[in-house]
Amino acid sequence: MEKTVNHKAWFLVLPVLVLVAFSAVIPLMTVVNYSVQDTFGQNQFFWAGLNWFRETLASERMWDALGRQLVFSGIILAIEVPLGILVALSMPKKGVWASVCLVLMALPLLIPWNVVGTIWQIFGREDIGLLGYTLNALGVDYNYTQGFFAAWTTVIVMDVWHWTSLVALLAYAGLQSIPNAYYQAARIDQASRWAVFRYIELPKMQGVLMIAVLLRFMDSFMIYTEPFVVTGGGPGNATTFLSIDLVKMALGQFDLGPAAAFSLMYFLVILLVSYVFYTVMVNMEKREGK
Amino acid sequence: MADAPALPASRVLPRVNARAVVMVAYLLFLLLPIYWLVNMSLKTNAEILGSFSLWPKDLTFRNYATILTDPSWYMGYVNSMIYVVMNTVISITVALPAAYAFSRYTFLGDKHLFFWLLTNRMAPPAVFALPFFQLYSSVGLFDTHIAVALAHCLFNVPLAVWILEGFMRGVPKEIDETAYIDGYSFPRFFVKIFMPLIASGIGVAAFFCFMFSWVELLLSRTLTSVDAKPIAATMTRTVSASGLDWGVLAAAGVLTIVPGALVIYFVRNYIAKGFALGRV
Repeated sequence: MEKTVNHKAWFLVLPVLVLVAFSAVIPLMTVVNYSVQDTFGQNQFFWAGLNWFRETLASERMWDALGRQLVFSGIILAIEVPLGILVALSMPKKGVWASVCLVLMALPLLIPWNVVGTIWQIFGREDIGLLGYTLNALGVDYNYTQGFFAAWTTVIVMDVWHWTSLVALLAYAGLQSIPNAYYQAARIDQASRWAVFRYIELPKMQGVLMIAVLLRFMDSFMIYTEPFVVTGGGPGNATTFLSIDLVKMALGQFDLGPAAAFSLMYFLVILLVSYVFYTVMVNMEKREGK
Repeated sequence: MADAPALPASRVLPRVNARAVVMVAYLLFLLLPIYWLVNMSLKTNAEILGSFSLWPKDLTFRNYATILTDPSWYMGYVNSMIYVVMNTVISITVALPAAYAFSRYTFLGDKHLFFWLLTNRMAPPAVFALPFFQLYSSVGLFDTHIAVALAHCLFNVPLAVWILEGFMRGVPKEIDETAYIDGYSFPRFFVKIFMPLIASGIGVAAFFCFMFSWVELLLSRTLTSVDAKPIAATMTRTVSASGLDWGVLAAAGVLTIVPGALVIYFVRNYIAKGFALGRV
């Protein structure tokens, strides 16, 4: 749609600007403030320059958490995106069953995140949980509070359980927008199932899949509550992701300077990656739209 | 597919079955942990810890009764509901005009502003927890519902703007122009004509604000202590001297799923569009 140039439109945006500035800019500036100062308590602050940034960049703890975070986000994206597409392809196209599937699939998305953790805690425990009990009865040594592998598997399966529906719903919406004529044309050409997927369905889903990947990347990179409830970051530091580490540092140990420096770099990484996704997305929309 | 008679039955059948199998397996995977939670909530603690059974042998509703009669429990739900509703109302109110501006006009810095809004959706709550705590403490809003509602605006306002903008784009501009020619002022046009046209969009945006405010714990827990404590934070206190009260914990969990399950039904056909920020 052609848009009119109208700078007075700023007045319409003003309320949002003020509100978001209040709840984003002020806190962010506080963080910036802390990141360049040192304190010995009693509200006395000293200029510390870029020391905290240097210290954080040199600290093994940060790199370890970042590494774990990248591995985690990578694994869940690699599972959730293909699985979500598969589920979307398997969904009924219309009718009562489509509605039933939609409602049931959306269910995990609306559960408070700590309850998601609780559900998996109860489900996974080896004494009272269905999963833990069954696995141990089958002779698998499974205990997510002690085993490194079990903890990781639990956290990953939990995230797959929680968020695959999001990818599936988006992919499903993309599939719904394909006109039937495309499929008829493919049938006339005697295209194989794979060809239909590769040359009709996948290109049509591209836009929504980009959004799905963007959302999943962002949210998995900020994950805090679910693993915190289930494993508390353990065993040891095995599932201490960036947010968990940060909260430990800022609210637990009250190391404001390093926590603030950590925060800013953390935010920057997310911004950078998201900006790349966003640019690709907008360009794709432009190409399709015009 | 009624219009595919060319395929022999033997080729159609296995494919249909495979799809059903995938779907059923996936739904089972989703529902099993939830079933287990419900199962636990209907058992006594003695049964939970003493034996292992796939369904409650000694059916009890005492866990639910505990929650629904104890103010320190059920006030958690009330508190959560209050700040969620406040947040939804605030977010939608400020997002409506902004989304209209983005969908209809080009103005100085609009693209940058739009991306800046999105960056707030990307901000890790963990980064903001401590500054929020200090900010709201210093203005005397700590442990109030409005503090949590405002804090959640951080990610809900951008989201609402995005979703509403997506829906508004679908309304042809000729409608605006016709209304102006007919002598409507902007506010009257917006409320009387435009808002009814995007009613479903407003519903979806409200649903998403509700959802993200409802599921968030880190900020709401940091900003409250007693008076505005959300149910999610209350749940972390089921640990007592005698160990964890699994039955009550499970019952509280089940009760947090109910509101979401109720509202999903109304927006089921728009969920994907909402997640795609109105861009499907």
